[in-house]
Amino acid sequence: MIEVNHIYKTFYVPHEVKALVDVSNKIEAGEVVVVIGPSGSGKSTFLRCLNRLETAEHGQILVDGVDIFDPKTDINTVRAEMGMVFQSFNLYPHLTVHGNVTLAQKLVRKRHKKEREEKTMMLLEKVGIAAKAKAWPSNLSGGQQQRVAIARALAMDPKIMLFDEPTSALDPEMIGEVLDVMKALAKEGMTMVCVTHEMGFAREVADRVIFMDEGMIVEEGTPEKFYQNPSHDRTKLFLKQIL
Amino acid sequence: MEQNVSNIKRLSNPIAYVFSVCGYVALLFLVIGSVYYATVAVDYQWRWFKVPKYFMYQQAITLYAEGYGEIDTIAANKDKVDILVTTDAGDRTYTVPRDSFDWVEGDMVSPGDVIASYEGGWKPGILARGLWVTLKISFLSTIFGIFLGIVGGVARVSDTPVLKWSAITYVEVIRGSPLLVQIMIFYFVLGTTMNNILMMNGIPKLHPEWYGIMALSVFTGAYVVEIVRAGIESIHPGQVEAARSSGMTYFQCMFYIILPQALRTILPPLAGQFINLIKDSSLLGMISIRELTKATREGITTSLQTFELWILCAILYLLMTFTLSMCVQYLERRTATK
Repeated sequence: MIEVNHIYKTFYVPHEVKALVDVSNKIEAGEVVVVIGPSGSGKSTFLRCLNRLETAEHGQILVDGVDIFDPKTDINTVRAEMGMVFQSFNLYPHLTVHGNVTLAQKLVRKRHKKEREEKTMMLLEKVGIAAKAKAWPSNLSGGQQQRVAIARALAMDPKIMLFDEPTSALDPEMIGEVLDVMKALAKEGMTMVCVTHEMGFAREVADRVIFMDEGMIVEEGTPEKFYQNPSHDRTKLFLKQIL
Repeated sequence: MEQNVSNIKRLSNPIAYVFSVCGYVALLFLVIGSVYYATVAVDYQWRWFKVPKYFMYQQAITLYAEGYGEIDTIAANKDKVDILVTTDAGDRTYTVPRDSFDWVEGDMVSPGDVIASYEGGWKPGILARGLWVTLKISFLSTIFGIFLGIVGGVARVSDTPVLKWSAITYVEVIRGSPLLVQIMIFYFVLGTTMNNILMMNGIPKLHPEWYGIMALSVFTGAYVVEIVRAGIESIHPGQVEAARSSGMTYFQCMFYIILPQALRTILPPLAGQFINLIKDSSLLGMISIRELTKATREGITTSLQTFELWILCAILYLLMTFTLSMCVQYLERRTATK
């Protein structure tokens, strides 16, 4: 479904950082992949390259066979098939919860009013926040905001969901409600790439865990093997630090 | 209400507070009083009672006979009177109020005789008309200025050289030259050429007001471009990422996500710009547009009530700008609750 072939990315501002060095991977349809790694290891950059929020300098990413770095590719149609959820939620503060979930359906999917109303309410129901449809994002708790953000991404009927540290900005008691939504999504068979340190989540639903450090994929494997029996020294050190 | 103001050195003693308020009032009276005293010292005659006629006045109407002849009939017509005058210049019926003439049927008239003289209906005075022109010009220039500013602001932040560099050139050229000079150029250079071209094609000339509106819109637009740019740049990049990652195009993202948020943050500087616009419209008197300032000047040349009219003029501008800033404060409070 997604094929990453030897991508490189370097940031020059504020100082030169090699964010991705020769990263290759293959994500199958229906697979749940969890990416972990220390701060600055390039895991967010990797995720953001998948829908071209960052462009790689070398290499190729194929999404359903489409080369997304090709200038001839209409990136908006590719992005419409990939939902993204951010660490800082990024809800539109000038729209209500309902408006947040509806807007892209109208602009990108060109759905009729009735259709998008139904879709919006169905999704808000699904993430357990239908009662707050008329509320403004600023009046919601972090966990509620993140669930709205997930509903907003799902409203496009994406084939792939990208999660960029969705629980890192949340108060501890709110992490559970967001993870529950994500687990439910994984069990429905959604293809997911999650940058997250939630080990419980990884163990329960992940098919594969990728560990990144200094812009490279150091180790990958099933959660059982990865957490219980890591083969690489850097992985062992990292797991020791976070546990 | 005042808890969010700094607590440092507040007047905690209520008596001190009252004294402070009294001090303010005293200061106000001192300033007004000394101005008044100074005018007395130079023997200025205050005649405020003459001022209202600059807002509304009754037109004096005098009707004259046009030739030799006589008053034929005088007949009542509702609450007025029809006077049929037959002269060698032709017959004519004048409809005038009762008691506005001193004729009986059969009286002889000569050319220039006063048939009737009376006060007609209320008409707006020169200041009222000037005020209207100022309001009209400011309103239209505001609309065009906002339009230019938003278009320019979006162009200013784009990556396309033709848009970005055009916007920069526009802003730098307009902000770098005096408004008065721009008004002159718009009227005497652009206006002359455009009117000539229009005339050559059989289209009537444009009124000077339109050149004034153009000059003010273009001038204000340049400042609004920079305000809009700052507003756009103040929006968190995460907003763009969220919008673009859901498949919206650059322009959809701009018009549905960025601009609505940016406009809210730039309301205060925008209001300041439009308050300046109202005041700057006073320069349009230079190209024979009779807005409030020029109307005041003309009022003074006929009445010599220099002090009253200039003070009044300033108060009228103050009223307009104050109303505008109140409106914007209301808008700000309304949008802030979201």
